[in-house]
Amino acid sequence: MSDKQKKASAYWRENVRYLFILLAIWFAVSYGAGIIFKDALNQIKMGGFELGFWFAQQGSIYVFVVLIFVYVRLMNSLDKKYGYNE
Amino acid sequence: MDVQTWTYLLVGITFTLYIGIAIWSRAGSTNDFYVAGGGVSPLANGMATAADWMSAASFISMAGIISFAGYDGSVYLMGWTGGYVLLALLLAPYLRKFGKFTVPDFIGDRYYSKTARIVAVICALIVSFTYVAGQMRGVGVVFSRFLEVDINTGVIIGMVIVLFYAVLGGMKGITYTQVAQYCVLIFAFMVPAIFISIQMTGNPIPQLGMGSQLNDGSGMYLLDKLNGLSTELGFAEYTDGKKSTIDVFMITLALMVGTAGLPHVIVRFFTVKRVKDARKSAGLALLLIAILYTTAPAVSVFARTNMINTVSNKEYASMPQWFKNWETTGLLAFEDKNGDGKIQYVADATKNELTVDRDIMVLANPEIADLPPWVIALVAAGGLAAALSTAAGLLLVISASVSHDLIKKVFVPTISEKGELWAARGAATVAVVIAGYFGINPPGFVAAVVALAFGLAAASFFPAIVLGIFYKKMNKEGAIAGMVIGISLMIFYMLKFKFGIFDGGKEAVASLEKDWWFGISPEGFGSVAMLVNFIISIVIMKFTPPPPEDVQEIVEDIRIPSGAGEASSH
Repeated sequence: MSDKQKKASAYWRENVRYLFILLAIWFAVSYGAGIIFKDALNQIKMGGFELGFWFAQQGSIYVFVVLIFVYVRLMNSLDKKYGYNE
Repeated sequence: MDVQTWTYLLVGITFTLYIGIAIWSRAGSTNDFYVAGGGVSPLANGMATAADWMSAASFISMAGIISFAGYDGSVYLMGWTGGYVLLALLLAPYLRKFGKFTVPDFIGDRYYSKTARIVAVICALIVSFTYVAGQMRGVGVVFSRFLEVDINTGVIIGMVIVLFYAVLGGMKGITYTQVAQYCVLIFAFMVPAIFISIQMTGNPIPQLGMGSQLNDGSGMYLLDKLNGLSTELGFAEYTDGKKSTIDVFMITLALMVGTAGLPHVIVRFFTVKRVKDARKSAGLALLLIAILYTTAPAVSVFARTNMINTVSNKEYASMPQWFKNWETTGLLAFEDKNGDGKIQYVADATKNELTVDRDIMVLANPEIADLPPWVIALVAAGGLAAALSTAAGLLLVISASVSHDLIKKVFVPTISEKGELWAARGAATVAVVIAGYFGINPPGFVAAVVALAFGLAAASFFPAIVLGIFYKKMNKEGAIAGMVIGISLMIFYMLKFKFGIFDGGKEAVASLEKDWWFGISPEGFGSVAMLVNFIISIVIMKFTPPPPEDVQEIVEDIRIPSGAGEASSH
């Protein structure tokens, strides 16, 4: 395997690791907090919101937005590290 | 000035603006027509994507649906936003690097096969046509209610406008009009929401107002109040809902994956310059969409509470003017079953006297809350912006599928650039006319099919694209089999359980509910069909030859972000 290929596959491995972590959070806030554990979380109140309901109708969406911007930053610095930025 | 005059004024100004932009940004080449020359800034692309994405369904119907479904409506909120995470992380950067014009382009090249390309074109056409007919209908409804023209005339006016800027400007014209349409629609959605939030809770931010105390001096939380009202009338608790957990899970998943697989959304990421711009503009698009999507559930709560307070157990004769206005459209109906002259609005169908079409909640909301006429007119202009921007984006996908993927890549490869551009314009014109026909003569099932378009996209495109990027060894046999079986299974389930085709037609649908596989509704079945697609693709791949060396090299290349260059047809 040439150096160029080695670099490319190292970059890809790091990228995929980021994806796993970010998608785990994506899954946890929507399917976890908003759906599967909704009833348990609804026992907790946050102002006028039951927490499970809040995750399903508000919280998960805020987290989604943050996730994409975190991803953008992570990837921009990863691109720089491997010299793929332009 | 009254509502009518304000509406003419605001709709007139916004339409003039759209047409002006279209003339200014005419398309000169196929590159302009398909991908706006590939030089759109991430912010402009984010705004255009947001407008493209938020259709009449998001603007007019969604808050209404949620206000009747309560917690169950969360499937739309999470489903139609969470898909952007998948899009940004799994698809957009790689498809931009690949650098072609359409989704079938990617499928056709990655799976080195004309068959794969044609299968993808057919899927794209099915998904886009079902979707666009619903938009034209939305245009018609807004026109008929607020400008008091006949629904058909409304559809025809809408057709002419879309035709004008989609055919003239292609992707370039559409992109810049969508930027303007985003501004109109978000302003139109937020203004009444803020007004009503202040009215009911004293908090100017609707997202917070929804969880605040009422400002009627009772100190009661709005959501508790609504839960109380709902149970009193025999409905489920607003924050609880009726659907089973597995069904909520599956519908959310189908909508998320379907969003990521919709060709008119994916194609937007071909229009930016670099891979990093594609990532960033996906983030901006979701941020701009989230403004509306986090406000919508607040609007639902306000509207539901206001409506119950206004009508429940009140004298029919004392109803305000908006009640009568909507009665004449037939979308609101009262039948005095017990003859006491009062409106009984309850869950029990035998006693309930009021039927409310879910689609009127957003449009009627400012009137119910007694807001000034210009706010009501603004909502009409916003609804039109939402419907027109989405219709235009879909028409472009349809015309590109025909002129680029079928004519140029399959039937007449020798066609000149100029010829292809004219073919694209011709295809867009034909598509507008067909969409308008369905807008005027809606087959009774348009609304149902629009929801299912997501299932179809989830069952066909998403696995083929993801495997194409993340699984180098995926070959054409696997991908084609997966797409064909995935979409067929979805269509079968839809025909069986949504239309009752095999069991005696529409009347049988309700009784078939108990036979749903694993208790999953047709709306959620896209998730199952998607899994089947993944499994079939991988199994078939194991028994068939691997893709050629040069295709594997393409896959390695799209994983590296640098050197994206311009989108091209070569």
